[in-house]
Amino acid sequence: MTFDFLDQLPKFGVLGVGLLAFLAVVFAVLYIGNVVPDKPKSLTTGLVFLIPTLLLVGIGLVVPAIRTTILSFTDKTGEAAVGWKNYEWIFTSPDILQVVGNSALWVVFTPLLATAVGLVYAILIDRSRFESLAKTLVFLPMAISFVGASIIWKFMYTEREIGDQIGLLNQIVVWLGGSPTDFLAIPFWNNFFLIIVMVWIQAGFATVVLSAAIKGIPAEIVEAARLDGVNAWQMFWRVTVPSIRPAIIVVIVTMSIASLKLFDIVRTMTGGNDGTSVLAYEMYSQSFPSQQTGRGAALAVVLFILVVPIIMYQVRNMRQRREVK
Amino acid sequence: MIAPRKQRRLTAIAASTLTLALAVSACGAPEEDSNLSDKEKDCASYEKYGDFKDKDAEVSIYTPITDAEGDAYEKSWAYFAECTGIDVKYTGSNDFEAQIEVKVKGGKAPDIAFFPQPGLMARYKDKMVPASKKLVKEAEKGWSEDWLQYGTFDDELYAQPMSASLKSLVWYSPKYFKDNDLEVPETWDDLLAVSDKIAKTDVKPWCAGIESGEATGWPVTDWVEDALLRESGGELYDKWVNHEIAFNDKRIVKALDKVGGILKNKDYVNGGYGDVDSMAKVSFEEGGQPIVKGECAMHRQASFYAAQWPEGTKVGPDGDVFAFFLPGNKAEEKPLLGAGEFVAAFRDDPEVHAVREFLASELYVNARLKTGPLAFSHKGADPKNADNELNKMVIELYQDEGAEFRFDGSDQMPGHVGSKSFFVEMTKWIKGKSSKDALDAIEKSWDE
Repeated sequence: MTFDFLDQLPKFGVLGVGLLAFLAVVFAVLYIGNVVPDKPKSLTTGLVFLIPTLLLVGIGLVVPAIRTTILSFTDKTGEAAVGWKNYEWIFTSPDILQVVGNSALWVVFTPLLATAVGLVYAILIDRSRFESLAKTLVFLPMAISFVGASIIWKFMYTEREIGDQIGLLNQIVVWLGGSPTDFLAIPFWNNFFLIIVMVWIQAGFATVVLSAAIKGIPAEIVEAARLDGVNAWQMFWRVTVPSIRPAIIVVIVTMSIASLKLFDIVRTMTGGNDGTSVLAYEMYSQSFPSQQTGRGAALAVVLFILVVPIIMYQVRNMRQRREVK
Repeated sequence: MIAPRKQRRLTAIAASTLTLALAVSACGAPEEDSNLSDKEKDCASYEKYGDFKDKDAEVSIYTPITDAEGDAYEKSWAYFAECTGIDVKYTGSNDFEAQIEVKVKGGKAPDIAFFPQPGLMARYKDKMVPASKKLVKEAEKGWSEDWLQYGTFDDELYAQPMSASLKSLVWYSPKYFKDNDLEVPETWDDLLAVSDKIAKTDVKPWCAGIESGEATGWPVTDWVEDALLRESGGELYDKWVNHEIAFNDKRIVKALDKVGGILKNKDYVNGGYGDVDSMAKVSFEEGGQPIVKGECAMHRQASFYAAQWPEGTKVGPDGDVFAFFLPGNKAEEKPLLGAGEFVAAFRDDPEVHAVREFLASELYVNARLKTGPLAFSHKGADPKNADNELNKMVIELYQDEGAEFRFDGSDQMPGHVGSKSFFVEMTKWIKGKSSKDALDAIEKSWDE
């Protein structure tokens, strides 16, 4: 199966046509937007620019969402209707309730831990001599894909009952005189060993965003606080945190959504075994390996519903800030 | 005049472009140096499949088989494609199981798909094209009834089998067996006797690993299926697979306990890795590796495990590792558990039928044997053409008169059982759950 460029020519042709069509649409929109009466903030101008977006969101998001919702009321072939049975299954089957519970663990602990680590780190390195180096180091894991990071950590946690340990953590345990443990198989706690991986990846993002926000705190405020004689603790809780509140919220919201959608770490590290499955992984697992189209769709809908309040909170938050300004 | 240096560079560019162009245009066309016989290279052999040269005929094949293995397929039908004028477009994908659903349901089904799981294939039978009369005749000539039933729906043949791998194998080290005066066992009792003998030394007789990401547990399902075939025979096996008897029937419990006699026996396992529960975290690829290091003596795994041995390991009857048939209860019984691919078609046109009929022929089977490692259950497959000793043995076993073949049961069951609860419960079983409890849980999941 050598890759043959000549064979692929028709595809390039299609690609070219697609690009041209895209450009044509963009220019048409810009042109129409230009010729319609040029009143800023007029409804027509707004609509003209909205139509392509609405169209694409419709094709790419609304239609699939509706279809998924319909599928969630069907059986495993996706054809015969079964009513609310799939949802009943989600909220009554102990295995799936555990999956929902795990997702809750992720969504609570990942943003909290990652933000806390990022915030503490950002404050510790602030204005230190090695600030940029320290920031680079903590940001590096961001460059590794989730799957790559999971494989690295899988080795970290690996256990061998006899012979030499090949996992760093168990080697340390052995050095300290303990007996090796299979970290990924300890019920309940194994979820946290997975969460650590996500925190490891995401802490850099939190550090960078929060560090920038800290640098944005007006020097007058800090100085005034110093004159008032605050100690470090008071400075942190009364000055720094309130001043960077919007940045903290952005970080937490982004990470909450990412943790709800989390899939790669679970699939790579445990395959959902030993009670570590989460909603997004279960959705895939039901839809494809288990061939349960209806259940997979129902899980997708539940996941969607759970993300909505977080997004609403974020939108409301942004709107409030704009009003304040 | 162009300066010499620049000229040289231009020539180099021209030459490399030319080589590239040659390489590009060469692929797809038959290679002169392939191992194929003159008959397989002669266009006269392909005349009966028709002439499509002026018809711009194209047939797409979508499969889970990629890379070198995929290349071996393409080479095996290169002359067929050249002589009949059918352009065979081969696409392999590691994501076949998920993508085929998207393709078929999305109305973009390939002309032909190679399905590794009859259970998955059955899902699309309404969209598939039944076999032509010619194909039915050819298929009945090539395969036993055991094999054909998996591609037959509502008494009509839809998909004929193609390749076959054998699961009922035990890997061992011929050298270790020779040095310790051990005989290759011929019955299950022999197998246990050999195990006991080894267990008395400081080597553990068996090693195993069942970790396989989201499919963790599948190697145990193969053990159970093999044990059931040995304990209760093919008829009961079929009933169990089709859920005509309960999953937790007492005969299944007995079969699982038979497996437990080896896998859960702490004197037998887990050579090189630790206790019984260490199997759950050793990947199936690593499972048999201690054999090479002399830390364990036997490892039950399918014929494809040949690809897992470290580089430089000689696979053969006098090599570092080889396999023997996992014995039945009696020496003359040959229950075979295996897997393979089936050829299903989604377009009803003469060129698609021609390709399907060719893929069912003895001509194709033997050509494919010469282009790369693979085994067939086809009666016309000549073991001499097999590319290695192991496949030769597999083909011979499949052609054995006394052999009773059954397809991997978990691949035939509904997905939520065969590739989910069965795997999960068998992993729990390894970690200490009782046979009865594990099978009860699977039975409960069946009707969901």
